Amino acid sequence: MLSFLGMDSLDQLFAHIPASVRLAQGLDLAAGMSEPDVAAVFAQYSSANTGQLSRLTCYAGAGAYDHEVPAVVKMLGSRSEFVTAYTPYQPEVAQGILQAIFEFQTMISRLSGLPVANASLYDGATALVEALNMAAGATSRQKMVISAGVHPHWRAVVKTFAHGTGHDIIEVPLKDGVTDWSSVDTSGAAALVVAYPNYLGVLEEVSAVKSLSVESGGLFVVCGDPLAAGVLKTAGDWGADVFVGEGQPLGTALSFGGPYLGLFACTHEQIRRLPGRIVGETLDSNNRRAFVTTLRAREQDIRREKATSNVCTNQTLMAVTAAIQLGWLGTRGFAEVATRSARAAHYLFDALVQIPGVTPVSTRPFFREFALRLPRNASGVLDDLVGEGILGGLSVEALVGGVDPSIEGDAADVILIAVTEKRTRAELDRYVDVLRKVLS
Amino acid sequence: MSLPGGRAASAPLLGHEIEPTIFELSVAGRSAYQLRTTDVPATSLSDFIPGEHLATTRVALAEVSERDLVAHFTRLSHRQFSVDLGAYPLGSCTMKYNPKFCDAVAADPGLNSVHPGVPASLSQGWLELLVDLEDTLCAITGMSAATLQPAAGAAGELTGLLLMRAYHEAHGEKRTRVLIPDSAHGTNPASVTLGGYDVTTIPSNDRGLVDLDALKAALGPDVAGIMLTNPNTLGLFEEEIVEIAAAVHEVGGLLYYDGANLNAILGVIRPGDMGFDIVHMNLHKTFATPHGGGGPGAGPVAVSSRLVEFLPGPKATRRAGGGYSWSSPEHSIGRVHGWHGNAMVLARALAYIDVHGAEGLQRVAQHAVLNANWLRERLRDTLPAAYDRVCMHECVLTATWLKNEYGVKGLDVAKGLLEEGFHSPTVYFPLIVDEALMFEPTETESVQTLESLASSIERIALRAKSDPDGLHRAPQSTPVSRVDEARAARHLIATEDAAERSHGSPTH
Repeated sequence: MLSFLGMDSLDQLFAHIPASVRLAQGLDLAAGMSEPDVAAVFAQYSSANTGQLSRLTCYAGAGAYDHEVPAVVKMLGSRSEFVTAYTPYQPEVAQGILQAIFEFQTMISRLSGLPVANASLYDGATALVEALNMAAGATSRQKMVISAGVHPHWRAVVKTFAHGTGHDIIEVPLKDGVTDWSSVDTSGAAALVVAYPNYLGVLEEVSAVKSLSVESGGLFVVCGDPLAAGVLKTAGDWGADVFVGEGQPLGTALSFGGPYLGLFACTHEQIRRLPGRIVGETLDSNNRRAFVTTLRAREQDIRREKATSNVCTNQTLMAVTAAIQLGWLGTRGFAEVATRSARAAHYLFDALVQIPGVTPVSTRPFFREFALRLPRNASGVLDDLVGEGILGGLSVEALVGGVDPSIEGDAADVILIAVTEKRTRAELDRYVDVLRKVLS
Repeated sequence: MSLPGGRAASAPLLGHEIEPTIFELSVAGRSAYQLRTTDVPATSLSDFIPGEHLATTRVALAEVSERDLVAHFTRLSHRQFSVDLGAYPLGSCTMKYNPKFCDAVAADPGLNSVHPGVPASLSQGWLELLVDLEDTLCAITGMSAATLQPAAGAAGELTGLLLMRAYHEAHGEKRTRVLIPDSAHGTNPASVTLGGYDVTTIPSNDRGLVDLDALKAALGPDVAGIMLTNPNTLGLFEEEIVEIAAAVHEVGGLLYYDGANLNAILGVIRPGDMGFDIVHMNLHKTFATPHGGGGPGAGPVAVSSRLVEFLPGPKATRRAGGGYSWSSPEHSIGRVHGWHGNAMVLARALAYIDVHGAEGLQRVAQHAVLNANWLRERLRDTLPAAYDRVCMHECVLTATWLKNEYGVKGLDVAKGLLEEGFHSPTVYFPLIVDEALMFEPTETESVQTLESLASSIERIALRAKSDPDGLHRAPQSTPVSRVDEARAARHLIATEDAAERSHGSPTH
C-alpha cells in the first residue's frame, strides 16, 4: 500500500506535520495486553464493586431503578445491527432503526400524553436543559422557575448550563414534600418546572402549577418517572407543554448511571423548537411506507450558530431498547409493573413508619418512592443495612450535597427508598426487621 | 399481508414488503411479560392515592407475544446497515470495527448492576476504572486532568466552552467571541452560542487550512478562544498550528481541540503538545465503542493544568492513603450529567485502550491514515480530492465533474454505493467543498475491501454516463428505495397517532 503512494515508510504519511509537535517517543502508556489479560484486570474492577446487585437487595432509586429486564429484551437490544450502526443518515439502509424509533416516539407520546416525542436525548437532566432552552426560545424570556422537587442533580446540571445561556434559575422550596409556590413570584417566567412525582416520590398538586403557568404565559414543563404513567395521569392530562423524563426504567440496566435515556415530548406548537432528532413516516419512490429523520432544518448542522440545541449523537440504542421493553410489557404489563411497584412501596412504607423514631418527610400521597427521617445519620444506617445484604436506599444529604430547599431541617438524617415490582413480600418484611434491629 | 404473524416478507432475504409496526402486529389480550411472584398483598391503589391523580385509562401499548416481539425486531434488524455487516466509510464518524471483547466486558454485572448513587465504599472498582481511564486519556492527549461526565461529543464541546468561560471570568475578564474555521462541524458554532459566546468565522485558504492572516486579523482582547479540529474536516492537518496557538495565546485566548478526528493522530501527536488547552474526545469514534444507531457516545474533556480547578464534579479521585473517593475541583463549573457520564461506554473504551497499548494506538492512526491516502490515490481519476495532497484519516473527494458532465450529483453517487453493498460516505460536508463526498475508511478495513469500494465507485462513474437516470433512482435493491424526505417534513407523521396518517394501511 505504501509503494502505491510512492512511500517507503509510515512515517512519511506524517512528514508534513511540524516535527516540533510530533511525539519523539511513543505514548507514555503500558504495552498492549491480550484480551484475556485485560479481562483479568476488569475482573478486579468488577469484584471491587461490593455494591453490585448480586450481593444486595436494591431499594435505591432517585431516577435509577432495579426493574425486571428480561433476556428477550437484552438479546434483541444487543443485536449487532442496532449496536454497530450510526445515526440513520441514509434512510434506505436504516429502516430498522428508523422504524424502531418511530415506534419508540409513539410509545413516549402516549405515556406522556403529548402529541410529539423526539428520538431521545442524553439523560433526564440534560433533557430538562433542552426544555428550558425551548422555553427561552418560545417566550424570549430568561426566568426559569423550578421546583426543588426536581432531582437535585438535574437542578445542578441546569445551573451549570445556565452560565452559558444566561438563564435566571429560581428554585422553589418544598413544604411537607411538595412545592410551596406561594413563596415565589412566577410572573414573567419562561418556564415553570414541576416533577411529578417529585424526586422524593411525592405527588405534586399539578393543577395549581398549571394555573400559575397559564397566568405567567410561560411553558409548563412536567418532568418525571415514565413508569408513573402506568398508574397516574400523564403530563398531557395535566396540561403540560413539555414532558421530560429519565428513561432508565424502560429497559436499561443501572449501569452506574449511564448510558441512560433522556425522554422529551411536547405539544404541536413547540415542534419547530424540538431538540434532537425526530423520525417521520413518508413514502419511498415506489410508494412504499418508509421512515426518515425529518424537520432537519431545526438541527445544529444546518442552523449552526443560530441553533437552539447542539445535540447530534443521542441515545438511540437505549431508545430502541425501551421500545422493545415496552413491547414486551404491553398495555397490561406496563400498568402492572407500575401498580406492583406502588403497592410494594406502600406496603413497606406502612411498616417502616411503625418503627420508633422513623417518620415520613411528607404526609402527602406518593407513587413508589418515599423519604423517611431516621433517628440517626442516614449514611451510617445505610452502611449497617449493607452489612445485612440490603442496599436500603440513598442518603438524601449525599444526593443534594448539603443544604437544599427540597428538605426542611437536616438532610443528613433523611433516607430515600424506592421499591420496584421485583421486591417480594419476604424481602420487604426482612427490610423492616433489619432496620428495626439496626435502629434499636 | 398476514397481520399479525410469522410472515417474514419484509426481510431482504425473502422479499420487499414493508414490516408492520408493532402496533399493527398487536392483538388484544396477547402478552409477553412475566414478573416475579412476590406475595405482596394486592391492595387497591385508590386506598392510598387520591382519585384525582389516578389515570382513567391505561396507556395503550402494543400487545404481542414474545415470539412476535422477537420476529418483529429481528426483521427490523435485517433492514439496517451496520459496521458488522460491511464497510461504513462515513466520513467524520470513524465507523471502525467494534471489538466484541469490549462489549463482553461491559456485560459484567459487577459493572452494570451497580447503582450510580451508592456510596464510594460500594463502588471502588468503578472509581478505580474511571481514574485509570482519566489517566490514560490524559496521557494520550497530553493534558493534566479530565472530566468523564459529558455524554457525547457535543456535550463535551459545551462543557469545554463553559470551562473557557469560567477560566476567563476567574481572571476578571468578560470576553465575547470564539473563532471557528468555516470548515468546522455544525456542533461547534451551536455549542459556542449555547456557551454564551458570539461566533467569528475564519475562512480557509486555498490549501484548505485556516487562513493565518485572517485569523490574526480577527484576534483581539475580546476573543475567548478558538475551536479547531486538527486534522480539520477536510482531513488535512493544520500545519501552522504552532503559529495559530502562539497568536491565540498572545491575546489571552484559549485553544479548544475538537477531538472528532483524534483517530488520525493517536500516538503520533498530542493536542497538548500542539498548544491546546481544552480537548474533547469522542470515545465512540476513536476508541471503538459501538455507535448504537446514533448513541450512546461519550465525550470526555481533558484540560491543561490551568483549567483543572474548573472541571465538572464530582470526580473520581485517588485517595492519598489508598482507595478512591468523589471530590469536586475547587472552582468547578458543576455537573454536566445526571450521574457520572455514560459509564458503560467509558468501560468499553478503557478495555479497547488496554488491549492496544501505546504501540497499538499508534498503529491505529498510522493505518487509518494509510487507508485514507490509498483510497484517495486509487480514486484520483474517478473522484478527485478537493485538495490534492497527503491527507490524514479521511479524504474529501468531489463529484463536481459528474454533476457538470452527466447531471449525477454527489448524493446520487452515495445512493449508488448503497446498491453496491457499501454504506455511503458523508455527503455535502464540509460545506466549503462543492459536491463533497467524505470518505473515512478507518484502520479496520483491509486493502481488499478498499479495492472493492474503489471498483464500485468506478462502476458508478461509468454508469453516470450510460444510465444517469438509473442513478437518480438509486437505490432500488435496498429494503426501501429513495425516500421522500420533503414529504416527511411537509406532512409530519411522527407517531402512530398523527392526524396526517391517512395512508396507514401497510398493504404494499
